[in-house]
Amino acid sequence: MMRNFSISVRWMRVWQRNFSVYRHTWKISFLPPLLEPLFYLAAFGIGLSSLVSNFSYRGQEIAYLPFIAPALLAITIMYNAFFETSYASFVRMYYQKTFDAMLATPLTLEEVITGEIAWAATKSAIAAVLMQIVISLCGLIHYPEGLFILPLAALGGLAFAAIGMVFTGLVPNIETFNLPIFLFITPMFLFSGTFFPLQNLPTWAQWLAQIFPLTHLTILVRACALGRLELPLLGSLAYLVVFFLITYPLALRGMRKRLIK
Amino acid sequence: MPSVIAVKNLKKAFGAFKAVDGISFTVQKAECFGLLGPNGAGKTSTIRMLYGYSPISDGELYLFDQRIRSEWRAVKNRIGICQQEDNLDPDLSVRDNLLTYARYFNLTAADARATTDRLLDFFALDNRAKTTIRELSGGMKRRLVLARSLINNPDLLILDEPTTGLDPQSRHQVWERLEELKNGGLTILLTTHYMEEAARLCDRLVIMNQGRILVEGQPQELIRQYVGREIIEIAPFDPELLTCLQNRGLYFETFGQRLVIHNQADVGLFAALSEVFGGRRCTLRPATLEDVFLHLTGRELRE
Repeated sequence: MMRNFSISVRWMRVWQRNFSVYRHTWKISFLPPLLEPLFYLAAFGIGLSSLVSNFSYRGQEIAYLPFIAPALLAITIMYNAFFETSYASFVRMYYQKTFDAMLATPLTLEEVITGEIAWAATKSAIAAVLMQIVISLCGLIHYPEGLFILPLAALGGLAFAAIGMVFTGLVPNIETFNLPIFLFITPMFLFSGTFFPLQNLPTWAQWLAQIFPLTHLTILVRACALGRLELPLLGSLAYLVVFFLITYPLALRGMRKRLIK
Repeated sequence: MPSVIAVKNLKKAFGAFKAVDGISFTVQKAECFGLLGPNGAGKTSTIRMLYGYSPISDGELYLFDQRIRSEWRAVKNRIGICQQEDNLDPDLSVRDNLLTYARYFNLTAADARATTDRLLDFFALDNRAKTTIRELSGGMKRRLVLARSLINNPDLLILDEPTTGLDPQSRHQVWERLEELKNGGLTILLTTHYMEEAARLCDRLVIMNQGRILVEGQPQELIRQYVGREIIEIAPFDPELLTCLQNRGLYFETFGQRLVIHNQADVGLFAALSEVFGGRRCTLRPATLEDVFLHLTGRELRE
């Protein structure tokens, strides 16, 4: 029973549950996305910018601050989504038994997991919007192209939420999350064309970086922020969609294997 | 009469281990039915199949005459489940726990609020509505779990060890509420380790061991049938007593220093034994369901 894939819009109820909890703690949840860009922009803008002269990015000269500001957004999208479906979902599943309680209702496991992933994407989109407001006030985002960052945050959020949930289905205990963070998230944070252009890397590393979803999310967010929407961006967009379409079923399968006995 | 639960040759295997090994029983409307057995007997595995959490390995399961394998969503809308572990939502207040749970059943906001208020009142939690879960006592948590399992106004309530770990006051309070629900016509399936609880609440019950059903019947009937009217315990006992009892054809069990006699009919037996072996070593008490349970499932530890 319920071996078949069974999903209805009831997953919204799980999303709603997480949103209710978030509403109680919004004052704390709102702080990091508002303050973080200020810290980063201060550190890089005041501290590092004077060491870095303008350089060429996609054939145009660019200063360092407008280069990294969109990358901060992409990184925030990644972190918010990934940490929500890894640590936070694991706590709900393993320590709080929240999923067990949900499965005693007409909700299916697929709906619970979909609700969790959708919530993580929502949370990262909220964080991205807050951060974007601060960065916009610094005059670092070009409009109206900058408005496309919100749907990108939702898509990027889904992709990183789904891969986070894949790991939640696999890890034996909460400490094991250190492994994907050390081997996957941190290298992405550093080598996805976030803090320096990919062309500074050796060719083989440039190719390797194409595997990282953050590389593509950074390219897309940066293009929107700089107001330079070009056709080749569709490749990066397609990559994120395909990445989600592969990791989402994997996450559902892994969690079913883990929880349903 | 249509049954609320019909279990037919139900099986659950985990690899080579048979957790549930072909059990059958039916539960009628407005009945309280007990599922008893030592740890590892297969009670929780059975319950998990009943509410569609675990896939069925073999056999059939009907709830409200609907086949759970295919009609699970409709069935799950009509049952309330009080799980063994405490899995209240610690991120939400007492009241929000109920309101959030109501949404999982797609209750309308107005229905959810009305039912929540009624249940908080019924379980004497109305003055705790805004409290966080961590601040609740064990008894209050249990009552909230029970309240939560009734949020969809179920036609069947499944209770997996509802009073484990409660102090006697809390336990009696839970029993009173369950009796009220039962008198209101609610069908209940109960698993428990407390024989007193089963004897008090259950109209009928089964005792399970190693995935199979050993006996089925009404509590008092099972006591009469398997143990008798009264129990005489002698501790410590003398070896010569054993021959004496064997000669009289009486049923007894020994464990450690203690001898337990199942007395069916012999009215003068206790007086006679007290006279011979000393009144301080002999105790007379009515036979209970616990005696039946230990008699049928043995006294060795299940770990």
